[in-house]
Amino acid sequence: MSRLQAGKEAISEDKILKMYSSMYKIRLFEEKLYLMFLAGEVPGTIHQYDGQEAIAVGVCENLSPDDPVTSTHRGHGHCIAKGVPLDKIMAEILGKRTGCSKGMGGTMHIYYPEKGFFGTTGIVGSGVPVAVGLALGIKYKNEKKVVVSFFGEGAINQGAVHEAINLASIWDLPVVFVCENNRYAVSTPIEEVSKITRLSERAKSYGIPAETVDGNNVIEVYFTCKKAVERARNGFGPAFLECVTYRYKGHSRSDPGIYRAKEELNSWLKKDPILRLKKYIMEEDIAKEEDIKKIEEKVGEQINQAIEFARKSPVPDPDEMAGYLFA
Amino acid sequence: MPNMTIVEALRQGLKEEMRKDRDVFLIGENIGLFGGSFQVTKGLIDEFGPQRVRETPVSETAIIGAAVGAALAGLRPVAEIMYMDFITCCMDQVVNQAAKIRFLSGGKLKVPIVIRTALGANTHGAHHAQCLEAWFMHTPGLKIVFPCTPYEAKGLLKAAIRDDNPVIFLEHKLLYGRKISHFPEDKSFGRIKDLYNVPEEDYLVPIGKADIKREGQDVTLIATGLMLHHCLFAAEKLDEEGIQAEVIDLRSLVPLDKETIIDSVKKTGKMVVVSEDHLTAGVTAEVASIIYEEAFDFLDAPVERVAALDIPVPFSPVAEDYTIPNSKRIYQRVKKFFQRS
Repeated sequence: MSRLQAGKEAISEDKILKMYSSMYKIRLFEEKLYLMFLAGEVPGTIHQYDGQEAIAVGVCENLSPDDPVTSTHRGHGHCIAKGVPLDKIMAEILGKRTGCSKGMGGTMHIYYPEKGFFGTTGIVGSGVPVAVGLALGIKYKNEKKVVVSFFGEGAINQGAVHEAINLASIWDLPVVFVCENNRYAVSTPIEEVSKITRLSERAKSYGIPAETVDGNNVIEVYFTCKKAVERARNGFGPAFLECVTYRYKGHSRSDPGIYRAKEELNSWLKKDPILRLKKYIMEEDIAKEEDIKKIEEKVGEQINQAIEFARKSPVPDPDEMAGYLFA
Repeated sequence: MPNMTIVEALRQGLKEEMRKDRDVFLIGENIGLFGGSFQVTKGLIDEFGPQRVRETPVSETAIIGAAVGAALAGLRPVAEIMYMDFITCCMDQVVNQAAKIRFLSGGKLKVPIVIRTALGANTHGAHHAQCLEAWFMHTPGLKIVFPCTPYEAKGLLKAAIRDDNPVIFLEHKLLYGRKISHFPEDKSFGRIKDLYNVPEEDYLVPIGKADIKREGQDVTLIATGLMLHHCLFAAEKLDEEGIQAEVIDLRSLVPLDKETIIDSVKKTGKMVVVSEDHLTAGVTAEVASIIYEEAFDFLDAPVERVAALDIPVPFSPVAEDYTIPNSKRIYQRVKKFFQRS
């Protein structure tokens, strides 16, 4: 855990515990949601974030609520890390009127501008041009905000992503591109779709700073992203951050993951970002096991309340739907 | 009040809105010094600078994505897609982002963008000719306007810029530079000639309201854009034979002014719907369906649809002319009603 210690001087213990709480919140949210899915409570499908928590949290800890974020189809972790209320996320996933999008969006269309959250999306790579537009708006208005656009390694071969990164580069826009490389686009491994598998190398060809980090190390993600965010906030333009990680579950709930060897999953489970942070917290004597337990219990209560809220919430009123179309 | 071309009227509309509201800016290919492929933005970079007249790489997806994002950040972008055919390159951003974000946010967000684009056949071949408005009529969440005179071009553009929704703004290539002198003295052209005079002051033309360009009681012609001009020439020829055609300019395809259409069905009972897009599942199909559903009992005969043939627009001038409706073919179709009885 030497890399974790590298950041020790510049990060407060409170922040580390807050990051633990957020990561644990995402994990538990996804685990409980999975059980609800198996029980037939969740319409449609879900794309789970388990295993990638360090990225959403490490990145979003550098942002204020005003800083806009665009997300992906695997976006629950981004929502939670950005501070979107749990009850509204859960209600949206269950298709309830009290959800972020009043039940019109679902898991792949969660918008919550109150916390700068500009959408999960069902089209791979489609949030990236929108993020660049948000950054253009910020620069146009001389604001000090920074945009973060999350996307997976599967999006890297989308034309939209190429066009968007290039535009941000030539206009020096305040946006950080965060590529979550979990190795598989549904079933297709990165080696089959790119000669260059270290994607930060590709990103450098846009003339912007680009780095690859251990995406399962929240403190490394945090510090590397911090540099990129501060750079963008000070008017020096975009940067690209590749976070290497692994998703524990299949692509969606219809994917049993037959394309991955069990040993591969097991090797990544040993690098679990939450267990690593927990070990670090205890080794560095930041908190004791019972303190961590208390954090986990508190998170558990919050999630139970969110589930309760969502379950009890009313379904949408079809008569209201047409009113959402035009302003 | 000076008479103008559509290009001049659009430029004046952009200029007025940009002077009035600092949140309005332009984004597109070659729109700076060069003034855009059809010269609509010529000179604007001199007054407003490169921050507000933003020239982009050849990246249609990035143009619309940037416009959508900037709108979410509180601005009012006016994007130019050089030819409507090129909008196929950015369909995801138009259809899945611009059109849907408001609805998918439960009505919380708004996306006030204008997408200006040039359409229509003018012997450039199939990739610089298409009229794709029906695709966007089929996409809930977009407004679509299509002016055919300078007065309406300026007024609708200003209304589109102030609208809080995404608006697709259609500009016909063959109408950009058309002058008032194009029209004869005959009575069919009185209204359209009036609309070639453009006040150099602030006014709006409401989105969603059709305009009757010629009154008549024997038959109704419904169209937009260049086809509307063709309808007026057809109406003048019919007039010589004692047939008084009513010519309705839809001006907006979304929202569609059904009331004006239905009122005219009740008046004439004979409907000809004309559009430059393809026949199958096109604009004429939608308008005809509305007529059948809402005014069937007032029809004397089936609705006639005049549209482009269901082939890609061919290049050779003779072949292109055969493919796209013109005033002669519109006239011939109207005559069918009167030969039948």
